[in-house]
Amino acid sequence: MSVVVPRTLTDALRAMAANPSALLLQGGTDLMVEINFNHRKPVDVIALRKIHELRAVKIDGETISIGAGLPYQEMESGQIAELVPALGQAARTVGSPQIRAAGSLGGNLGTCSPAGDGLPVLSALDAMINLRSANASRNVSIHEFMVGVKRNAKQPGEIIVSATVPIVRGWQGFAKVGVRNAMVISVASCCLVVDRTKGSIAVALGAVGPTVIRCRQAEQWLSTNVDLKQDAMIGAKLAKEFGERVANEARPIDDHRGTAEYRRHAVATLASRLLQRSGAR
Amino acid sequence: MAKVTGQFEFSSDLHAENMLWGATLRSPHPYARIANIDLSAAYKISGVEAIITAEDVPGKKTYGLISSDQPVFASDFVRYMGEPIAAVAADHPETCRRALAAIKIDYEVLQPVTDAELALSPSTKPIHPDGNLIRHQRIIAGDQNLQGEVVVEGVYEVGMQDQAFLGLEAALAMPDPGGTGVEMWVATQWLHEDRKQIAACLGLAESKVRLTLSGVGGAFGAREDISLQVHCALLALRTSRPIKMQYGREESFFGHVHRHPAKIYIRHHASRTGVLQRIEAKMYFDGGAYASTSSAVLINGVTHIQGPYKCSNATVDGYAVRTNNPPCGAMRGFGVVQACYAHESQMDKLAQACNLSPVEIRLINAMQTGDKLITGQVVESVAPVARCIRETDAIAMPAPLALDADPLELVGGTGLTSLPENIVRGVGWGVSIKNLMYSESFDDFAVARCQLSDGVATLKYATVEVGQGFVVLAPQIARTILGVDEVVLDTVDTGIGSAGSTSASRQTWMSGGAVDGACRLVRQRLFEHVGAKFNIDPMRLVVEDTDIVDMIGDFRISVIEASTGVVIDETFEHHHRPTEELDANGQGNCHVAFAFVAHRAVVDVDVELGLVKVIQIATAQDVGRVLNPVAALGQIEGGIAQGLGLAIMEEIVLENGKMRNPSFTDYLLPTALDAPKVVAVMIEEPEPQAPLGAKGIGEPPCISVTPAIAAAIRDATGKELPRVPIRPQDICL
Amino acid sequence: MSIDNEIYSLTVNGELHQVKDAWIGESLLYVLRERLGLPGAKGACEQGECGSCTVIIDGQAVCSCLVMAATAIDSEITTVESLAEKYGLTAVQDAFITEGGVQCGFCTPGLIVAIEHLLNKNAEPSELEIKEAISGNICRCTGYGRIFEAVTTAVATRKATQS
Repeated sequence: MSVVVPRTLTDALRAMAANPSALLLQGGTDLMVEINFNHRKPVDVIALRKIHELRAVKIDGETISIGAGLPYQEMESGQIAELVPALGQAARTVGSPQIRAAGSLGGNLGTCSPAGDGLPVLSALDAMINLRSANASRNVSIHEFMVGVKRNAKQPGEIIVSATVPIVRGWQGFAKVGVRNAMVISVASCCLVVDRTKGSIAVALGAVGPTVIRCRQAEQWLSTNVDLKQDAMIGAKLAKEFGERVANEARPIDDHRGTAEYRRHAVATLASRLLQRSGAR
Repeated sequence: MAKVTGQFEFSSDLHAENMLWGATLRSPHPYARIANIDLSAAYKISGVEAIITAEDVPGKKTYGLISSDQPVFASDFVRYMGEPIAAVAADHPETCRRALAAIKIDYEVLQPVTDAELALSPSTKPIHPDGNLIRHQRIIAGDQNLQGEVVVEGVYEVGMQDQAFLGLEAALAMPDPGGTGVEMWVATQWLHEDRKQIAACLGLAESKVRLTLSGVGGAFGAREDISLQVHCALLALRTSRPIKMQYGREESFFGHVHRHPAKIYIRHHASRTGVLQRIEAKMYFDGGAYASTSSAVLINGVTHIQGPYKCSNATVDGYAVRTNNPPCGAMRGFGVVQACYAHESQMDKLAQACNLSPVEIRLINAMQTGDKLITGQVVESVAPVARCIRETDAIAMPAPLALDADPLELVGGTGLTSLPENIVRGVGWGVSIKNLMYSESFDDFAVARCQLSDGVATLKYATVEVGQGFVVLAPQIARTILGVDEVVLDTVDTGIGSAGSTSASRQTWMSGGAVDGACRLVRQRLFEHVGAKFNIDPMRLVVEDTDIVDMIGDFRISVIEASTGVVIDETFEHHHRPTEELDANGQGNCHVAFAFVAHRAVVDVDVELGLVKVIQIATAQDVGRVLNPVAALGQIEGGIAQGLGLAIMEEIVLENGKMRNPSFTDYLLPTALDAPKVVAVMIEEPEPQAPLGAKGIGEPPCISVTPAIAAAIRDATGKELPRVPIRPQDICL
Repeated sequence: MSIDNEIYSLTVNGELHQVKDAWIGESLLYVLRERLGLPGAKGACEQGECGSCTVIIDGQAVCSCLVMAATAIDSEITTVESLAEKYGLTAVQDAFITEGGVQCGFCTPGLIVAIEHLLNKNAEPSELEIKEAISGNICRCTGYGRIFEAVTTAVATRKATQS
């Protein structure tokens, strides 16, 4: 049994190579709950909290790359919130201030729960996830990365290093339904991104399927009905139909947090509202 | 002060040299026959010192507050998910967990009975030797055939709420040498009742079981029943070592009783002008697998179903029922919460049917001192119901929602679900009556002792502080009566007579009365001492600030000087006036006294998404007398937050008897961003019966705020909403 | 001890503490309370949903129940116990008492750490900033009203003593 607290990514990767079954611990907000609730017995742990490279933010004009270990509190305001407003908004809904000081995109990606608040944003922005192992580095599209309920494409020996998203010209926003006004797990969430340059729209849903859902058909339908290169007011009727089309692509279930029917209704409403907000002046 | 520095010792902070950890094995099934228990693998784990089951209980195998129907450990059947079957003692909590995982139990899983009405059906087999009916009580009052010009009816349901105190169950047990007795430090609401039940199960005389109160991190009713006490003591006696037991949050949900879910069928008859004439009700309280205080909760439910309104005719049938759901018992409001949700929902329906406002209908029917309840009992308490309503009504409404409000002020908060244009505001009312203290002929009392020497008063009592503020009130009483500056609070333990439970809004009245009585006896003796020494008639002496003065002459001596070198020691036992049992028709003076409160809720609702934010609660509460304004306000605001929880978010979700959300991730409690602005008026009309003029203030705040919020959501949405907590889908689908 | 044999050191309130014979799965909360004799941080949910266990690690307020203790080496850990050590009660602690912010007191240490952390970053927070900053600290007794009052008072006291 061992705990390793590497200082550099290289050291961490070396440790991973030596022990590919070791548990990776980022902020602890998921893994420690499992340990505390007796659902997981840690044997070997590699803690990533001291690796500065995993907290790096890199901007290269058209994209922004966010270190997998950057705490959500760093995204709530400042540069990231300005360049990727939907991510800033999603970050602010994560748990509590204490959780946002520890939790990160790497944790959301690693756990890959459909209710992970950061994931709909990554999906709507077609994020690329950088994974590294001791002797390789690869970039995986978020859509291929998220495989199923709490399952992802990360291989043993790999560490999630960063998520890279484009800096998009156009409106973007995130909204999340919970039963409480703070510190709540998503019952349903929605991220909508309008790309004025490309004239496209992207909608991704959280907590209404085994993994985050991209609503390609609704996106397609809207882009054929509206010229998304122009700022335009969106009528209530159009927004409503868009919401319904989005909801049709959701695959929600009943559980103790909400019914499938409510979740479907909620994402329809959220998508419709976000679309209207995108056109509001 | 120790509470703000982290130095205050809660029961979970207890520690002893050489101690072992205890842990409990619980049933994963709501109902099953235990075919076999195999401990062999668990014993092989290094660090495990003892494993005990029902066979190892030397005394009584069952316990219970009112009826002893709950096994210390299940041996033949498990009747709810989470029922204890075995306990282990080991060197580390993780060793305990591994040992529990290694215990093999063969179950024959049975179909659980989870619906209270079905449980009473003749075709349902009893799930316990005592049967599925815990208690039935009927109230028959006045004209049984009266039909009102206006009749409104409804079926109302209340979900299972958890007390969710923050300080998890924990205790430390130290065995006496030779196993002849045990000493325990525990967080409880009633030391002496705990001791009685623990001693019986251990097969020891009560004198061999000594309990000291450890810091209590909230209670709200959930610490009235035994949880880990017997298990912990048994393990200590078995291992001859100190044992610490401490529940985690998940186990806590399984380890204590909850608020009864209830289903209430109710019909109100009234005149066209809105005068209430008759109530018909059928009430089912789901007690879960074991009786706990269900029978008393039921009596509170049926006797409060009329609400704070005059009514002479009633036909009420109430049932407390056994099911395979988790056991239910005491929680703040004790049976009245459920009744109030039903009667207040009905009052609004009645108002609508009679074309009156919610305030008008309630004022028309408001109860007064001297009115007769449907039990035949006359309300002798101060009963300022109309005043509570009027003063609440006079509180200013909150400002309308600003179009440029910060997202945090909007429904949904940082979730950014709702803009002002999506939000509808609603207003609703709730008014309630709540009995104070224990009912039904229970001879309730509290004992306190006061010792005065060298200007220092020492108070000894077994009154449990759960956060309500008795530790501030008791010295305040002693200072006022005795003129002392320094008051020492002795250890709270079983070394003195019982103080009764810290529940039922009773300690200010009962233990306050006992401390008051003991201090008065000491003061009398001090006057006699001073009188004899200085040749003054003691009758002429009074306490003025910190001096004793002669009312007629100019003699004056400080209390410190007067009490130097003497030891005056007095004990006082305070009883409230006796009450009666209800007869078969539910008639009898079963309650001691009553308190009243009105709530007006203002809520913002995103009707389309079904999301709610409570903006303001206005309240006027009948408190008798305010003894500590800050503490009183804290009780009111805290009770309101719990009532808000029941209205819109707090529920233990059960599926076929299985608890689906035993954690704080999924059992949602109001956060700082869910707390409404509370505007409170305290109505001070001293209660003549109460020793200090003060009525208990703990329970009323959480009772009618729930129906007030429900009514406000109805106002905003037009939906009937016959069930709390109100979920988003109830509003928008 | 049958469980494990981890050995590591933690810096808590400026002092280095050695932890021996530890199980790897122990949270920082457990180690503080059960091994280092610092029971000020409280455990009430074990999953970061109540804030009772809030401590400061390297300048951040976090839930100590979600920190694996053995990974907190090389970090500065500050607990509620350190607050009143030198000069008596802080303005926040004092205000909690006078304004009735304490009932059962179980959430109090975590709340006080969270509020001290807030006021150190933002000496004059708005009402909404206060509410959001403590939205991760559940209090079951007070309904928060007296706690907001206590923070307001503490802000004023701190301002008065600094000027």
